[in-house]
Amino acid sequence: MTVVSSTKDAEALSLEIVSEFSATPDRVWQVWEDARQLERWWGPPEWPATFVDHDVRVGGRSSYFMTGPDGTKAHGWWEFVAVDAPRSLSFDDGFADDTGRPTDSMPVTRAVVRIEEVPAGTRMTITSTFPTLEALEQLVAMGMLEGMTLALGQIDAILADA
Amino acid sequence: MVVQSLDPAALDQDEVDRVFGALADATRRDIVVRVLREEQSVSALARRYAMSFAAVQKHVAVLERAALVRKQRRGREQMVSGDVETIRAATRLLGAYEAIWRGRVDRIDDLLAEDVDDEREAR
Repeated sequence: MTVVSSTKDAEALSLEIVSEFSATPDRVWQVWEDARQLERWWGPPEWPATFVDHDVRVGGRSSYFMTGPDGTKAHGWWEFVAVDAPRSLSFDDGFADDTGRPTDSMPVTRAVVRIEEVPAGTRMTITSTFPTLEALEQLVAMGMLEGMTLALGQIDAILADA
Repeated sequence: MVVQSLDPAALDQDEVDRVFGALADATRRDIVVRVLREEQSVSALARRYAMSFAAVQKHVAVLERAALVRKQRRGREQMVSGDVETIRAATRLLGAYEAIWRGRVDRIDDLLAEDVDDEREAR
């Protein structure tokens, strides 16, 4: 297990996850920077992601879609707020319609990624924040939780194998 | 983020809507924090806020419908106490979000492990 700690703040609506990898910071940076590597871990296993655009620089955008088991596509976008390779990355993560155009009506999640060298290799800290309680409520109302519950089931199965 | 409803039986959506709707107001969050710490009467709560007793009573009613607090009549007073189980349910929502990130981190780890395997094969 590479997740070292996680801190949930129900009041601030934030989640911080600290993980460690036996690789260099440059190598860990690549899993974010290289779209071909990114799409291998961003979507859940049964909803693989495809990144159409991926422009990692301040103001740059990414667009991606995830394809479900029945062929349904879920579109999303990122916009980079801060980029400091290979140390930190910050972006907004939002939803898009079927044509890939961002939807104004949906809440946006902010993700801040910090990558630092430690004796074991690399420590990565991801802090993600919901803008408002209403946003969290809205995401829940549209069925995000069910997807997440299934994701949780996957992890349990993986742990059972180990 | 998976947005499709994959398993509608997983959770009572109305319940979740009530909880987060109730928590979306700063006064109501403050009331929850106070009554989790210690049972309080509605009139004691009302003295803390710059609003009418009736308004505070309405906020308490919203929290009660969301099962975030329980109300009990004791003599002439209505006593309010927090329901920690419902707060835990709200925390579980963030827990589910954490599960997504844990899944991602696991797959990053697998991806990095492949490099090591490739190097071994190349040797």
